[in-house]
Amino acid sequence: MMAALFTFWGAMPAWSQVFLWDLAKIVAIVLPLMLGVAYLTFAERKVIGYMQVRIGPNRVGPRGWLQPIADGLKLLLKEIIVPTGANKGLFIIAPVLALMPALVAWAVVPFTNTLVLANINAGLLFVLAVTSMGVYGVVIAGWASNSKYAFLGSLRSAAQIVAYEIAMGFALVGVLMAAGTLNLRKIALEQAGGFWHWLFLPLFPLFLVYFIAGVAETNRAPFDVAEGESEIVAGFHVEYSGMSFALFFLAEYANMILVSALTAVLFLGGWYPPFDCAPFTWIPPLAWFLLKVAVILFLYLWLRATFPRYRYDQIMRLGWKVLIPVTLVWIGVMGFVMFFTPWAFVFYR
Amino acid sequence: MTFETAVFYLFSAILLASAAMVVTIRNPVKSVLFLVLAFVSAACLWILLHAEFLAIVLVLVYVGAVMVLFLFVVMMIDVNLAVLRQGFTEYLPVGAVVAVLMVVEIALVVGPRQFAPMQVIAAMAPAAHPHVSNTRALGLLLYTTYVYPFEIAAAILLVAIIAAIALTMRRRPDTKYQDPARQVEVRARDRVRLVKMPSEPKT
Repeated sequence: MMAALFTFWGAMPAWSQVFLWDLAKIVAIVLPLMLGVAYLTFAERKVIGYMQVRIGPNRVGPRGWLQPIADGLKLLLKEIIVPTGANKGLFIIAPVLALMPALVAWAVVPFTNTLVLANINAGLLFVLAVTSMGVYGVVIAGWASNSKYAFLGSLRSAAQIVAYEIAMGFALVGVLMAAGTLNLRKIALEQAGGFWHWLFLPLFPLFLVYFIAGVAETNRAPFDVAEGESEIVAGFHVEYSGMSFALFFLAEYANMILVSALTAVLFLGGWYPPFDCAPFTWIPPLAWFLLKVAVILFLYLWLRATFPRYRYDQIMRLGWKVLIPVTLVWIGVMGFVMFFTPWAFVFYR
Repeated sequence: MTFETAVFYLFSAILLASAAMVVTIRNPVKSVLFLVLAFVSAACLWILLHAEFLAIVLVLVYVGAVMVLFLFVVMMIDVNLAVLRQGFTEYLPVGAVVAVLMVVEIALVVGPRQFAPMQVIAAMAPAAHPHVSNTRALGLLLYTTYVYPFEIAAAILLVAIIAAIALTMRRRPDTKYQDPARQVEVRARDRVRLVKMPSEPKT
Protein backbone atom coordinates (compact mmCIF):
# COMPACT_ATOMS: atom_id res chain seq x y z
CA MET A 1 0.00 0.00 0.00
CA MET A 2 2.69 2.49 1.07
CA ALA A 3 4.92 1.43 -1.84
CA ALA A 4 2.07 2.02 -4.29
CA LEU A 5 1.51 5.46 -2.81
CA PHE A 6 5.19 6.32 -3.14
CA THR A 7 5.33 5.23 -6.79
CA PHE A 8 2.19 7.27 -7.47
CA TRP A 9 3.83 10.32 -5.79
CA GLY A 10 7.03 9.81 -7.81
CA ALA A 11 5.09 9.53 -11.07
CA MET A 12 3.42 12.94 -10.62
CA PRO A 13 4.96 15.95 -12.42
CA ALA A 14 7.35 18.07 -10.38
CA TRP A 15 5.16 21.19 -10.31
CA SER A 16 2.22 19.27 -8.87
CA GLN A 17 4.46 17.77 -6.20
CA VAL A 18 5.58 21.26 -5.16
CA PHE A 19 1.99 22.49 -5.27
CA LEU A 20 0.59 19.64 -3.17
CA TRP A 21 3.44 19.82 -0.65
CA ASP A 22 2.92 23.57 -0.18
CA LEU A 23 -0.82 23.07 0.09
CA ALA A 24 -0.28 20.48 2.83
CA LYS A 25 1.97 22.92 4.71
CA ILE A 26 -0.62 25.70 4.40
CA VAL A 27 -3.34 23.39 5.75
CA ALA A 28 -1.01 22.39 8.58
CA ILE A 29 -0.75 26.07 9.57
CA VAL A 30 -4.33 27.25 8.93
CA LEU A 31 -6.17 24.35 10.61
CA PRO A 32 -4.47 24.71 14.03
CA LEU A 33 -4.85 28.48 13.64
CA MET A 34 -8.62 28.15 13.16
CA LEU A 35 -8.80 25.80 16.13
CA GLY A 36 -6.75 28.31 18.11
CA VAL A 37 -9.18 31.07 17.12
CA ALA A 38 -12.15 28.96 18.24
CA TYR A 39 -10.60 28.21 21.62
CA LEU A 40 -9.34 31.78 22.01
CA THR A 41 -12.97 32.93 22.00
CA PHE A 42 -13.67 30.31 24.68
CA ALA A 43 -10.60 31.36 26.70
CA GLU A 44 -11.70 34.98 26.43
CA ARG A 45 -15.15 34.25 27.82
CA LYS A 46 -13.71 32.10 30.61
CA VAL A 47 -10.91 34.53 31.57
CA ILE A 48 -13.17 37.57 31.55
CA GLY A 49 -15.77 35.52 33.41
CA TYR A 50 -13.38 34.68 36.24
CA MET A 51 -12.08 38.27 36.33
CA GLN A 52 -15.66 39.42 36.86
CA VAL A 53 -16.32 36.69 39.46
CA ARG A 54 -18.51 34.67 37.12
CA ILE A 55 -17.95 31.15 35.83
CA GLY A 56 -18.40 31.71 32.11
CA PRO A 57 -19.74 29.13 29.63
CA ASN A 58 -19.90 25.68 31.27
CA ARG A 59 -22.93 23.92 29.73
CA VAL A 60 -21.87 22.52 26.34
CA GLY A 61 -19.63 19.47 26.76
CA PRO A 62 -17.41 18.80 29.77
CA ARG A 63 -16.77 22.14 31.58
CA GLY A 64 -17.99 23.96 28.46
CA TRP A 65 -15.16 22.79 26.22
CA LEU A 66 -17.46 22.23 23.24
CA GLN A 67 -18.90 25.76 23.44
CA PRO A 68 -16.83 27.20 20.51
CA ILE A 69 -17.80 24.23 18.31
CA ALA A 70 -21.48 24.82 19.11
CA ASP A 71 -21.08 28.55 18.37
CA GLY A 72 -19.43 27.77 15.04
CA LEU A 73 -22.20 25.34 14.06
CA LYS A 74 -24.87 27.84 15.01
CA LEU A 75 -23.28 30.58 12.91
CA LEU A 76 -22.83 28.20 9.96
CA LEU A 77 -26.51 27.28 9.95
CA LYS A 78 -27.85 30.84 10.27
CA GLU A 79 -29.19 32.77 7.34
CA ILE A 80 -27.02 35.51 5.80
CA ILE A 81 -29.24 38.56 5.49
CA VAL A 82 -28.30 41.15 2.88
CA PRO A 83 -29.93 44.50 3.72
CA THR A 84 -31.98 46.26 1.05
CA GLY A 85 -29.98 49.04 -0.51
CA ALA A 86 -26.73 47.24 0.30
CA ASN A 87 -24.15 46.85 -2.43
CA LYS A 88 -24.46 43.09 -2.67
CA GLY A 89 -21.13 42.15 -4.27
CA LEU A 90 -19.04 44.31 -1.96
CA PHE A 91 -21.17 43.29 1.03
CA ILE A 92 -20.29 39.63 0.46
CA ILE A 93 -16.64 40.23 -0.43
CA ALA A 94 -15.85 42.47 2.58
CA PRO A 95 -15.53 39.71 5.23
CA VAL A 96 -13.33 37.74 2.84
CA LEU A 97 -11.10 40.80 2.41
CA ALA A 98 -10.89 41.11 6.19
CA LEU A 99 -9.92 37.47 6.75
CA MET A 100 -7.49 37.05 3.82
CA PRO A 101 -4.61 39.25 5.11
CA ALA A 102 -4.93 37.77 8.60
CA LEU A 103 -4.23 34.32 7.13
CA VAL A 104 -1.68 35.29 4.44
CA ALA A 105 0.68 36.95 6.92
CA TRP A 106 1.20 33.57 8.64
CA ALA A 107 3.21 32.45 5.60
CA VAL A 108 6.35 34.15 6.90
CA VAL A 109 5.99 33.65 10.67
CA PRO A 110 8.77 31.35 11.93
CA PHE A 111 7.47 28.91 14.54
CA THR A 112 10.91 27.42 15.20
CA ASN A 113 14.27 27.69 13.50
CA THR A 114 13.20 25.21 10.81
CA LEU A 115 9.40 25.40 10.94
CA VAL A 116 8.53 28.28 8.60
CA LEU A 117 6.50 28.17 5.40
CA ALA A 118 8.31 30.91 3.44
CA ASN A 119 11.69 32.07 4.72
CA ILE A 120 11.88 35.29 2.69
CA ASN A 121 14.36 38.13 3.04
CA ALA A 122 11.81 40.93 3.34
CA GLY A 123 9.59 39.05 5.81
CA LEU A 124 9.03 41.97 8.18
CA LEU A 125 8.02 44.29 5.31
CA PHE A 126 5.77 41.56 3.91
CA VAL A 127 3.91 41.26 7.21
CA LEU A 128 3.48 45.04 7.44
CA ALA A 129 2.22 45.27 3.85
CA VAL A 130 -0.21 42.38 4.15
CA THR A 131 -1.66 43.39 7.51
CA SER A 132 -2.14 46.95 6.24
CA MET A 133 -4.62 45.55 3.70
CA GLY A 134 -6.91 44.25 6.44
CA VAL A 135 -8.55 47.66 6.82
CA TYR A 136 -10.24 47.29 3.43
CA GLY A 137 -12.54 44.60 4.75
CA VAL A 138 -13.72 46.90 7.52
CA VAL A 139 -14.08 49.99 5.32
CA ILE A 140 -15.90 48.18 2.51
CA ALA A 141 -18.18 46.42 5.01
CA GLY A 142 -19.19 49.75 6.49
CA TRP A 143 -19.84 51.37 3.13
CA ALA A 144 -21.57 48.42 1.44
CA SER A 145 -24.00 47.90 4.35
CA ASN A 146 -25.75 51.19 3.51
CA SER A 147 -26.23 51.90 7.20
CA LYS A 148 -25.23 54.93 9.24
CA TYR A 149 -23.90 52.99 12.22
CA ALA A 150 -21.83 50.67 10.06
CA PHE A 151 -20.48 53.63 8.10
CA LEU A 152 -19.48 55.53 11.25
CA GLY A 153 -17.75 52.44 12.60
CA SER A 154 -15.78 51.90 9.43
CA LEU A 155 -14.68 55.55 9.25
CA ARG A 156 -13.45 55.40 12.84
CA SER A 157 -11.66 52.16 12.14
CA ALA A 158 -9.95 53.46 8.98
CA ALA A 159 -8.59 56.57 10.72
CA GLN A 160 -7.47 54.57 13.73
CA ILE A 161 -5.72 51.83 11.77
CA VAL A 162 -3.87 54.29 9.52
CA ALA A 163 -2.70 56.27 12.57
CA TYR A 164 -1.45 53.29 14.56
CA GLU A 165 0.16 51.67 11.53
CA ILE A 166 2.69 54.51 11.50
CA ALA A 167 3.62 53.97 15.15
CA MET A 168 3.83 50.22 14.53
CA GLY A 169 6.05 50.72 11.46
CA PHE A 170 8.41 53.00 13.39
CA ALA A 171 8.61 50.50 16.25
CA LEU A 172 9.62 47.87 13.70
CA VAL A 173 12.31 50.22 12.31
CA GLY A 174 13.95 49.94 15.74
CA VAL A 175 13.84 46.13 15.55
CA LEU A 176 15.33 46.34 12.08
CA MET A 177 18.19 48.53 13.32
CA ALA A 178 18.94 46.22 16.23
CA ALA A 179 18.72 42.97 14.27
CA GLY A 180 20.24 44.24 11.02
CA THR A 181 17.88 42.16 8.87
CA LEU A 182 14.28 42.05 7.64
CA ASN A 183 14.14 38.26 7.72
CA LEU A 184 11.92 37.21 10.65
CA ARG A 185 13.83 33.97 11.21
CA LYS A 186 17.16 35.81 11.36
CA ILE A 187 15.69 38.42 13.73
CA ALA A 188 14.79 35.59 16.12
CA LEU A 189 18.20 33.95 15.61
CA GLU A 190 19.84 37.25 16.70
CA GLN A 191 18.19 36.80 20.11
CA ALA A 192 19.68 33.38 20.90
CA GLY A 193 20.90 32.56 24.41
CA GLY A 194 19.10 33.82 27.50
CA PHE A 195 16.43 36.45 27.97
CA TRP A 196 19.01 39.23 28.40
CA HIS A 197 19.67 38.92 24.64
CA TRP A 198 16.00 39.39 23.75
CA LEU A 199 15.24 42.65 22.01
CA PHE A 200 12.52 43.80 24.40
CA LEU A 201 15.18 44.99 26.88
CA PRO A 202 17.16 47.43 24.69
CA LEU A 203 14.01 48.37 22.76
CA PHE A 204 11.66 48.56 25.74
CA PRO A 205 9.81 51.76 24.62
CA LEU A 206 9.39 50.34 21.13
CA PHE A 207 8.16 47.05 22.60
CA LEU A 208 5.44 48.90 24.52
CA VAL A 209 4.52 51.01 21.48
CA TYR A 210 4.36 47.92 19.28
CA PHE A 211 2.09 46.09 21.68
CA ILE A 212 -0.25 49.06 22.18
CA ALA A 213 -0.36 49.70 18.43
CA GLY A 214 -1.05 45.99 17.92
CA VAL A 215 -4.05 46.16 20.26
CA ALA A 216 -5.31 49.23 18.41
CA GLU A 217 -4.70 47.68 14.97
CA THR A 218 -6.80 44.66 15.83
CA ASN A 219 -9.64 46.92 17.04
CA ARG A 220 -9.59 45.36 20.48
CA ALA A 221 -10.63 46.92 23.77
CA PRO A 222 -9.75 49.55 24.97
CA PHE A 223 -9.42 50.75 21.34
CA ASP A 224 -12.60 49.12 20.00
CA VAL A 225 -14.44 52.29 18.96
CA ALA A 226 -14.97 50.67 15.56
CA GLU A 227 -17.43 48.35 17.30
CA GLY A 228 -18.49 50.65 20.15
CA GLU A 229 -21.52 48.67 21.34
CA SER A 230 -22.78 51.50 23.51
CA GLU A 231 -22.78 54.17 20.77
CA ILE A 232 -22.96 52.60 17.33
CA VAL A 233 -24.34 49.15 18.23
CA ALA A 234 -21.63 46.98 16.68
CA GLY A 235 -19.97 49.33 14.24
CA PHE A 236 -18.96 48.08 10.84
CA HIS A 237 -20.48 44.59 11.18
CA VAL A 238 -23.87 45.61 12.53
CA GLU A 239 -25.65 44.44 9.36
CA TYR A 240 -23.85 41.11 9.11
CA SER A 241 -25.29 37.80 10.21
CA GLY A 242 -24.43 34.13 10.11
CA MET A 243 -21.16 33.05 8.57
CA SER A 244 -20.33 36.46 7.08
CA PHE A 245 -20.39 37.85 10.63
CA ALA A 246 -18.31 34.91 11.83
CA LEU A 247 -15.64 35.68 9.22
CA PHE A 248 -15.09 39.12 10.78
CA PHE A 249 -14.62 37.47 14.14
CA LEU A 250 -12.23 34.89 12.70
CA ALA A 251 -10.24 37.76 11.18
CA GLU A 252 -10.12 39.71 14.44
CA TYR A 253 -8.94 36.74 16.50
CA ALA A 254 -6.51 35.51 13.82
CA ASN A 255 -5.04 39.03 13.80
CA MET A 256 -4.72 38.96 17.59
CA ILE A 257 -2.80 35.69 17.43
CA LEU A 258 -0.70 37.08 14.58
CA VAL A 259 0.28 40.22 16.53
CA SER A 260 1.10 38.05 19.55
CA ALA A 261 3.23 35.71 17.44
CA LEU A 262 5.07 38.66 15.89
CA THR A 263 5.66 40.21 19.32
CA ALA A 264 7.12 36.88 20.45
CA VAL A 265 9.38 36.64 17.38
CA LEU A 266 10.50 40.26 17.28
CA PHE A 267 10.88 41.16 20.94
CA LEU A 268 10.69 38.02 23.08
CA GLY A 269 13.23 35.76 21.41
CA GLY A 270 10.87 33.64 19.33
CA TRP A 271 11.38 29.96 20.14
CA TYR A 272 14.33 30.44 22.54
CA PRO A 273 14.00 29.55 26.24
CA PRO A 274 14.66 32.36 28.76
CA PHE A 275 17.73 30.57 30.16
CA ASP A 276 20.07 28.59 27.95
CA CYS A 277 20.61 25.78 30.48
CA ALA A 278 19.33 22.33 31.41
CA PRO A 279 15.73 22.39 32.69
CA PHE A 280 14.66 25.03 30.18
CA THR A 281 16.20 23.44 27.09
CA TRP A 282 14.28 20.18 27.74
CA ILE A 283 11.11 21.86 26.59
CA PRO A 284 10.92 21.85 22.76
CA PRO A 285 11.32 25.22 20.95
CA LEU A 286 7.80 25.11 19.49
CA ALA A 287 6.36 24.85 23.02
CA TRP A 288 8.34 27.92 24.11
CA PHE A 289 7.04 29.85 21.11
CA LEU A 290 3.42 28.86 21.76
CA LEU A 291 3.83 29.62 25.47
CA LYS A 292 5.00 33.18 24.70
CA VAL A 293 2.11 33.66 22.26
CA ALA A 294 -0.32 32.41 24.92
CA VAL A 295 1.05 34.81 27.54
CA ILE A 296 0.64 37.80 25.19
CA LEU A 297 -2.87 36.66 24.27
CA PHE A 298 -3.71 36.51 27.96
CA LEU A 299 -2.55 40.14 28.19
CA TYR A 300 -5.06 40.99 25.45
CA LEU A 301 -7.90 39.41 27.40
CA TRP A 302 -6.72 41.01 30.63
CA LEU A 303 -6.72 44.44 28.96
CA ARG A 304 -10.25 43.91 27.74
CA ALA A 305 -11.48 42.95 31.18
CA THR A 306 -9.68 45.85 32.87
CA PHE A 307 -9.87 49.08 30.88
CA PRO A 308 -12.84 51.20 29.83
CA ARG A 309 -13.03 52.19 26.18
CA TYR A 310 -11.03 55.23 25.05
CA ARG A 311 -12.89 58.20 23.68
CA TYR A 312 -12.21 58.75 19.98
CA ASP A 313 -10.14 61.95 20.32
CA GLN A 314 -8.11 60.32 23.08
CA ILE A 315 -7.23 57.46 20.75
CA MET A 316 -6.07 59.86 18.07
CA ARG A 317 -4.05 61.88 20.57
CA LEU A 318 -2.38 58.76 21.97
CA GLY A 319 -1.46 57.56 18.49
CA TRP A 320 -0.19 60.76 16.94
CA LYS A 321 1.10 62.76 19.90
CA VAL A 322 2.44 60.08 22.24
CA LEU A 323 3.33 56.83 20.50
CA ILE A 324 4.84 58.25 17.27
CA PRO A 325 7.09 60.80 19.08
CA VAL A 326 8.26 58.06 21.49
CA THR A 327 9.33 55.84 18.58
CA LEU A 328 11.01 58.74 16.75
CA VAL A 329 13.02 59.72 19.83
CA TRP A 330 14.07 56.16 20.55
CA ILE A 331 15.16 55.57 16.93
CA GLY A 332 17.24 58.77 17.16
CA VAL A 333 18.79 57.61 20.45
CA MET A 334 19.56 54.20 18.94
CA GLY A 335 21.17 55.71 15.84
CA PHE A 336 23.31 58.05 17.96
CA VAL A 337 24.42 55.32 20.36
CA MET A 338 25.15 52.82 17.60
CA PHE A 339 27.26 55.11 15.44
CA PHE A 340 28.84 57.71 17.73
CA THR A 341 29.42 56.02 21.09
CA PRO A 342 31.29 52.88 22.22
CA TRP A 343 28.07 51.39 23.67
CA ALA A 344 26.71 50.11 20.37
CA PHE A 345 26.77 46.54 21.78
CA VAL A 346 23.68 47.42 23.83
CA PHE A 347 21.57 47.43 20.67
CA TYR A 348 23.54 45.49 18.08
CA ARG A 349 25.77 42.52 18.67
CA MET B 1 5.52 29.72 -22.85
CA THR B 2 7.23 29.41 -19.50
CA PHE B 3 5.46 29.70 -16.18
CA GLU B 4 6.87 33.21 -15.56
CA THR B 5 5.61 34.44 -18.93
CA ALA B 6 2.13 33.10 -18.21
CA VAL B 7 2.09 34.82 -14.81
CA PHE B 8 3.37 38.04 -16.39
CA TYR B 9 0.59 38.07 -18.98
CA LEU B 10 -2.03 37.23 -16.35
CA PHE B 11 -1.06 40.13 -14.09
CA SER B 12 -0.55 42.52 -17.01
CA ALA B 13 -4.05 41.70 -18.23
CA ILE B 14 -5.50 42.30 -14.75
CA LEU B 15 -3.52 45.54 -14.46
CA LEU B 16 -4.72 46.90 -17.81
CA ALA B 17 -8.31 45.81 -17.25
CA SER B 18 -8.51 47.33 -13.77
CA ALA B 19 -6.84 50.54 -14.97
CA ALA B 20 -9.49 50.80 -17.69
CA MET B 21 -12.23 50.17 -15.12
CA VAL B 22 -10.87 52.97 -12.88
CA VAL B 23 -11.72 55.60 -15.48
CA THR B 24 -14.87 54.05 -16.93
CA ILE B 25 -16.86 52.72 -13.96
CA ARG B 26 -19.62 54.99 -12.69
CA ASN B 27 -19.38 54.36 -8.96
CA PRO B 28 -16.43 56.35 -7.48
CA VAL B 29 -15.92 53.89 -4.59
CA LYS B 30 -15.63 50.99 -7.00
CA SER B 31 -13.27 53.07 -9.11
CA VAL B 32 -10.96 53.47 -6.09
CA LEU B 33 -11.15 49.73 -5.42
CA PHE B 34 -10.13 49.02 -9.02
CA LEU B 35 -7.19 51.38 -8.55
CA VAL B 36 -6.19 49.25 -5.55
CA LEU B 37 -6.40 46.16 -7.74
CA ALA B 38 -4.19 47.89 -10.32
CA PHE B 39 -1.57 48.67 -7.65
CA VAL B 40 -1.57 45.09 -6.37
CA SER B 41 -1.16 43.74 -9.92
CA ALA B 42 1.72 46.15 -10.52
CA ALA B 43 3.32 44.93 -7.29
CA CYS B 44 3.01 41.35 -8.52
CA LEU B 45 4.75 42.33 -11.77
CA TRP B 46 7.61 43.85 -9.75
CA ILE B 47 7.90 40.64 -7.73
CA LEU B 48 8.38 38.85 -11.07
CA LEU B 49 11.30 41.23 -11.73
CA HIS B 50 12.82 40.24 -8.33
CA ALA B 51 12.23 43.79 -7.07
CA GLU B 52 10.58 42.54 -3.89
CA PHE B 53 11.38 45.67 -1.86
CA LEU B 54 9.69 47.98 -4.38
CA ALA B 55 6.72 45.64 -4.72
CA ILE B 56 6.13 45.35 -0.98
CA VAL B 57 6.58 49.08 -0.42
CA LEU B 58 4.09 49.79 -3.21
CA VAL B 59 1.52 47.64 -1.41
CA LEU B 60 2.45 49.04 2.01
CA VAL B 61 2.38 52.74 1.08
CA TYR B 62 -0.17 52.99 -1.70
CA VAL B 63 -2.57 50.14 -0.96
CA GLY B 64 -2.19 50.18 2.82
CA ALA B 65 -2.21 53.91 3.49
CA VAL B 66 -2.80 56.26 0.55
CA MET B 67 -5.73 54.40 -0.98
CA VAL B 68 -7.38 53.88 2.41
CA LEU B 69 -7.44 57.65 2.89
CA PHE B 70 -8.65 58.04 -0.69
CA LEU B 71 -11.49 55.61 -0.04
CA PHE B 72 -12.17 57.42 3.22
CA VAL B 73 -12.70 60.71 1.36
CA VAL B 74 -14.52 59.27 -1.66
CA MET B 75 -17.02 57.44 0.56
CA MET B 76 -17.94 60.66 2.33
CA ILE B 77 -18.36 63.01 -0.62
CA ASP B 78 -21.39 62.68 -2.84
CA VAL B 79 -20.00 62.76 -6.36
CA ASN B 80 -22.50 63.87 -8.97
CA LEU B 81 -21.30 62.17 -12.14
CA ALA B 82 -23.79 63.96 -14.41
CA VAL B 83 -22.09 67.29 -13.65
CA LEU B 84 -18.65 65.77 -14.06
CA ARG B 85 -19.56 64.39 -17.46
CA GLN B 86 -20.82 67.71 -18.83
CA GLY B 87 -18.70 68.93 -21.73
CA PHE B 88 -17.08 65.54 -22.18
CA THR B 89 -17.15 65.73 -25.98
CA GLU B 90 -16.04 69.35 -25.89
CA TYR B 91 -12.81 68.58 -24.01
CA LEU B 92 -12.21 65.22 -25.69
CA PRO B 93 -9.84 66.41 -28.50
CA VAL B 94 -7.62 68.38 -26.08
CA GLY B 95 -7.58 65.50 -23.64
CA ALA B 96 -6.70 63.03 -26.38
CA VAL B 97 -3.77 65.18 -27.54
CA VAL B 98 -2.46 65.47 -23.98
CA ALA B 99 -2.82 61.71 -23.45
CA VAL B 100 -0.99 60.87 -26.67
CA LEU B 101 1.81 63.32 -25.82
CA MET B 102 2.20 61.79 -22.37
CA VAL B 103 2.33 58.24 -23.74
CA VAL B 104 5.01 59.29 -26.24
CA GLU B 105 7.04 61.00 -23.52
CA ILE B 106 6.80 58.01 -21.20
CA ALA B 107 7.85 55.72 -24.04
CA LEU B 108 10.85 57.98 -24.77
CA VAL B 109 11.94 58.04 -21.14
CA VAL B 110 11.33 54.47 -20.03
CA GLY B 111 11.11 52.65 -23.38
CA PRO B 112 12.98 49.40 -23.91
CA ARG B 113 15.87 51.17 -25.66
CA GLN B 114 16.76 52.99 -22.47
CA PHE B 115 17.54 49.74 -20.71
CA ALA B 116 20.63 47.63 -21.17
CA PRO B 117 20.32 44.50 -23.32
CA MET B 118 18.52 41.63 -21.62
CA GLN B 119 21.72 39.64 -21.08
CA VAL B 120 23.24 42.44 -19.01
CA ILE B 121 20.08 42.72 -16.93
CA ALA B 122 20.07 38.98 -16.37
CA ALA B 123 23.68 39.16 -15.20
CA MET B 124 22.92 42.05 -12.83
CA ALA B 125 19.62 40.71 -11.52
CA PRO B 126 19.51 39.93 -7.80
CA ALA B 127 18.38 36.44 -8.69
CA ALA B 128 21.94 35.81 -9.81
CA HIS B 129 23.10 36.62 -6.26
CA PRO B 130 20.44 35.15 -4.00
CA HIS B 131 22.41 35.99 -0.84
CA VAL B 132 22.35 39.75 -1.60
CA SER B 133 19.20 41.26 -0.14
CA ASN B 134 17.32 43.50 -2.53
CA THR B 135 16.49 45.85 0.34
CA ARG B 136 20.09 46.17 1.47
CA ALA B 137 21.33 46.84 -2.09
CA LEU B 138 18.70 49.53 -2.61
CA GLY B 139 19.45 51.13 0.76
CA LEU B 140 23.19 51.22 0.08
CA LEU B 141 22.62 52.92 -3.28
CA LEU B 142 20.09 55.43 -1.91
CA TYR B 143 22.26 56.50 1.02
CA THR B 144 25.63 56.63 -0.79
CA THR B 145 25.48 57.34 -4.54
CA TYR B 146 22.09 59.04 -4.57
CA VAL B 147 22.08 60.57 -1.11
CA TYR B 148 21.66 64.19 -2.29
CA PRO B 149 18.72 63.59 -4.67
CA PHE B 150 17.18 61.39 -1.98
CA GLU B 151 17.47 64.01 0.74
CA ILE B 152 16.24 66.77 -1.60
CA ALA B 153 13.19 64.66 -2.45
CA ALA B 154 12.58 64.14 1.28
CA ALA B 155 12.83 67.89 1.93
CA ILE B 156 10.41 68.67 -0.91
CA LEU B 157 7.94 66.13 0.48
CA LEU B 158 8.25 67.65 3.95
CA VAL B 159 7.57 71.13 2.56
CA ALA B 160 4.56 69.76 0.69
CA ILE B 161 3.19 68.16 3.87
CA ILE B 162 3.59 71.37 5.85
CA ALA B 163 2.01 73.40 3.03
CA ALA B 164 -0.95 71.01 2.80
CA ILE B 165 -1.55 71.21 6.53
CA ALA B 166 -1.15 75.00 6.58
CA LEU B 167 -3.62 75.39 3.71
CA THR B 168 -6.34 73.25 5.27
CA MET B 169 -5.91 74.28 8.89
CA ARG B 170 -8.33 76.92 10.05
CA ARG B 171 -8.55 78.01 13.62
CA ARG B 172 -12.07 78.19 14.89
CA PRO B 173 -12.29 80.17 18.10
CA ASP B 174 -15.55 78.51 19.08
CA THR B 175 -14.28 74.91 19.17
CA LYS B 176 -13.97 73.46 22.63
CA TYR B 177 -11.15 71.06 23.28
CA GLN B 178 -9.42 69.48 26.22
CA ASP B 179 -5.81 70.10 27.14
CA PRO B 180 -4.54 66.79 28.59
CA ALA B 181 -1.47 68.49 30.08
CA ARG B 182 -3.70 70.72 32.20
CA GLN B 183 -5.99 67.81 33.06
CA VAL B 184 -3.06 65.80 34.37
CA GLU B 185 -1.77 68.70 36.44
CA VAL B 186 -5.04 69.08 38.33
CA ARG B 187 -4.76 68.22 42.01
CA ALA B 188 -7.68 67.48 44.28
CA ARG B 189 -6.89 70.41 46.60
CA ASP B 190 -7.30 72.88 43.68
CA ARG B 191 -10.83 71.73 43.04
CA VAL B 192 -12.20 70.53 46.35
CA ARG B 193 -11.94 72.36 49.64
CA LEU B 194 -12.22 70.15 52.67
CA VAL B 195 -13.65 72.03 55.58
CA LYS B 196 -13.14 70.68 59.06
CA MET B 197 -16.24 71.10 61.17
CA PRO B 198 -16.87 69.92 64.65
CA SER B 199 -19.77 67.55 64.79
CA GLU B 200 -22.84 69.20 66.17
CA PRO B 201 -24.06 68.06 69.54
CA LYS B 202 -27.19 66.01 69.69
CA THR B 203 -30.21 68.13 70.33
